[in-house]
Amino acid sequence: MAVAALPARAAPVALEPKRVAQLLLLAAVLFAAARPVLPEFLVRLPEWAVLPWDIWLQWLFDFIKDDLGLIYLTRGISSGLEVLLDATANLLEGKRRWPGLGPIPWTAIAAAAAVLGYWLGGWKMAALAGGTFVWTAMVGQWKLAMQTMAVIVVAAPLAFFIGLGLGILAWKYRAFERAIQPILSVLQTLPFFTYLLPAVIFFKVGPTAGAVATIVYAIPPMILMTSLGLKKVSPEVVEAGKMSGCSRWQMLRHVYIPAARTEILVGVNQVIMLCLAMVVLTAFIGMPGLGAKLLALMNSFKLGRSFEIGVTIVLIAITLDRLSKAWVAKQPEHFEKGTPWWERHKFLLIGLGTFAVFTILAQFIQVFDQLTRKQNLSMGREMDGWIKWVLDIDAIQATTEWLRWFLNTQVLIPFRNSILWLPTPTVILAMAALGYWVGGKRSALLAAGFFAIVAATGWWDRSMITLYTVISAVFLAALIGIPLAIYASRSDRWSNRILLGCDTAQTFPSFIYLIPAIMLFGVNDVAVVFSILIFAMVPLTRYTVEGLRTVPSALIEAADMSGASRQQKLWKVQLPMALPTMAVGFNQAIMFAFFMVIIAAFIGTQDLGQELQKTLAGNELGKNFVLGICVSLMALAFDHIIMRWSNTKKQALGLD
Amino acid sequence: MSAVISCRNIWKLYGDEPETFLKTLPAAASFDDIRSQGYIAAVRDVSLDVAKGEMLVVMGLSGSGKSTLVRCMSRLIELTGGTVEVEGRVIGDLSERELIELRRRKMGMVFQSFGLLPHRTVLQNVAFPLEMRGQDRHERRQRALEVIQLVGLEGREDYFPRELSGGQQQRVGIARSLAIEPDIWFLDEPFSALDPLIRREMQDEFLRLQGMLGKTIVFITHDFDEALRLADRIAIMKDGAVEQIDTPDKIVLNPATDYVAKFIEDIDKARVVHAGVLAEPLNGSVPEGEPLAAGATIHDLARILVNDPREQVPVANAQGELVGVMDRQRALDVLLGDR
Repeated sequence: MAVAALPARAAPVALEPKRVAQLLLLAAVLFAAARPVLPEFLVRLPEWAVLPWDIWLQWLFDFIKDDLGLIYLTRGISSGLEVLLDATANLLEGKRRWPGLGPIPWTAIAAAAAVLGYWLGGWKMAALAGGTFVWTAMVGQWKLAMQTMAVIVVAAPLAFFIGLGLGILAWKYRAFERAIQPILSVLQTLPFFTYLLPAVIFFKVGPTAGAVATIVYAIPPMILMTSLGLKKVSPEVVEAGKMSGCSRWQMLRHVYIPAARTEILVGVNQVIMLCLAMVVLTAFIGMPGLGAKLLALMNSFKLGRSFEIGVTIVLIAITLDRLSKAWVAKQPEHFEKGTPWWERHKFLLIGLGTFAVFTILAQFIQVFDQLTRKQNLSMGREMDGWIKWVLDIDAIQATTEWLRWFLNTQVLIPFRNSILWLPTPTVILAMAALGYWVGGKRSALLAAGFFAIVAATGWWDRSMITLYTVISAVFLAALIGIPLAIYASRSDRWSNRILLGCDTAQTFPSFIYLIPAIMLFGVNDVAVVFSILIFAMVPLTRYTVEGLRTVPSALIEAADMSGASRQQKLWKVQLPMALPTMAVGFNQAIMFAFFMVIIAAFIGTQDLGQELQKTLAGNELGKNFVLGICVSLMALAFDHIIMRWSNTKKQALGLD
Repeated sequence: MSAVISCRNIWKLYGDEPETFLKTLPAAASFDDIRSQGYIAAVRDVSLDVAKGEMLVVMGLSGSGKSTLVRCMSRLIELTGGTVEVEGRVIGDLSERELIELRRRKMGMVFQSFGLLPHRTVLQNVAFPLEMRGQDRHERRQRALEVIQLVGLEGREDYFPRELSGGQQQRVGIARSLAIEPDIWFLDEPFSALDPLIRREMQDEFLRLQGMLGKTIVFITHDFDEALRLADRIAIMKDGAVEQIDTPDKIVLNPATDYVAKFIEDIDKARVVHAGVLAEPLNGSVPEGEPLAAGATIHDLARILVNDPREQVPVANAQGELVGVMDRQRALDVLLGDR
């Protein structure tokens, strides 16, 4: 009230956000224009100003590790973990460890999986689950797949319980939630190499480190889904629990957690999928299994066999995803009165029964137990030849050759050079302008600050190469994905097909996307961009279709009745309404791209990813962390700006 | 009759540090005064008693604070000011342990959207409060089956809530609230989420149960007809305060405020007002002729009243004792409306 009494004196200083953004952008352009005459220290941060962050961090890590004795704790944990991993490895692949029972015959596992599939989703699911395991055994990848599964069956439950526990804490204590929120954001954008190295250093090389990296990687979404689910429990259910006289523990155990079942199970689905994605990538730190084999095969350019193993990984991914999703959707159903117990537990009994039958059969019939090298039906070697033959067809070779030439010389290299040419302040000011435009001062400071930190680490040029790869890949993905999505959204049938395709593709571990890229373009920048492109196209297409399909039908009808043509309807009604949702897809595409660009280091890039991969060889934890943070901060700056824009827009349009 | 629930000057304010704000608040502050200071008054200085075996219906439009009031009585919400006593104990002073014990032994509550636990069968939902207080499996199954039968759901014990219709789900909610044999029964708009036909059926069912059980009841509704139909007494709320609390007859005959008067405008008073309420005490002379039943509504007596030649009509209670005389003209005014 006191403010109102004062004459409007504070007002003239405040500028319109749009104007400020324009001024910032102008400053950025001026810096770029003046580039030839700028003193060197304004183009790049000079050597002497780059502080040795990596050495300081290294010192800090060493202090925590050795002086504070964290290493003893982690080594203790890893020996405990090792016992679990050895036990599952014994059961699944027959490693000579306690309990010494394994390996379980492949037929028994496939049969049990089929019964589980039938219980969760009928014949289709049974065929998928059983078929996946049969295929895996038939192509002779059983042992590799089981090495991978042995880690997942340990990592996923642990990640689930830790995530659930932390999620409950985050829901219960507001302060805790606020404290972990930024950590979770960083964790979700941190390149996977930055998960791997600390895991190796603190938890021994091999399956234990792989399992730890996998667990840590899979926890954040579980935390988020748990606290989200608990918050969403209907207040009346909560009150009903209280009025029934529940103690606090009873409330949690009997009311909150069961009522949040759906969200928690969605979390389980995500945990499983992230575990699979990460476990494949732990090949980079020497984890045996499907990922390691794929890495080795791609290294030696055996494309047919890479393809075969890719199919196995994809099948496993789809199976795990569909089964866990079917579990989310499965609602309890009652039995008629007087149903005998064997009727109630029919599927459990059948599952156990088939498992037992095949286990016993396997004792007598060798094929049911293991398939040896000669018995499997792998066509990998032949496929190597076919793929070579196909790629050698003149027309195909000419096309890929031309695409490679065109993209490289006409698009990618000029773009890269120009981004590298820009003075550092231009980029930072441009980010500030973007931030100011969507979210005012705070967003501007955040976006500019994040990029300024990247500049301060001294890894600017490498970071810009990463950024250039991400931007060009996402741009190309948008060029292909958005028209495709617009076209698909016109009919129900095609929308559903595209959505199903995208949902399926999204479950594939990112590593898979390297296979077609290398196949078509060999080992170069174009292959890198191509692999990111197809990976990033998935969310972009998906959200565009979704955005266009969810435009309220009343609006479409209103446009029709106003006599809008198809074009007008698209440009004036559908796209503006779908834009906020499309922005979410765009954001995810960028996040995916930042993730994928690091994996593409495998193909041979010159960006942060390459440097990160190099750190894996030694134990430069400090440098690894600095590089990881660079990637994370750039990703977070984009994430903040785009999501901020999308949310404001959604509110303005009255969506949500 | 002693009060089972007794509310003394209870307040519920939402805002920053409401207790401090309440202390500085002038006694005559209105809802809008409070809102202009950045606070929302959900319950404003409410004092009322609920007698043993009585059914108090709290009536008000949405946002009038009726749901908050009932949650203050069960301490699902902490009060900002005032006290609530349940059977002589101030529930605000109870420890968590004692409060849980009170709810496990004394209170039952029914919710508008049922508040059923989706992962439990009907039987498990009904047995839930018994399970929470640690009764053994056999006993609680026995008791749960009893109440399920009471609400007419036998044969549906193994169904899950989503397999039932809305009316059936609310029966489960009612059964659950009755499982522990509570003395006090809170019902928060129990029938509002149901279709009109089902609602009527459930009201009848509810009256039948209450006839058998005779609980102390606080019943929340936004439906004035429902309130008139069920209540011993009605409390009408607006902006967090009680506008009038009285029997249906008296509210219809003498609305205390304009707000209440608006509510009863379209009500057929003859169906609400009982002969006993219109009867004046006898002062010596006893009018002749057949007495009318005090428990009958004027609407029930319409035919007789219209044809009756007497100006003063005696009224007798169910036992046949005379309780007073009724002015026929007054009764006809109620029946036909004021001129």
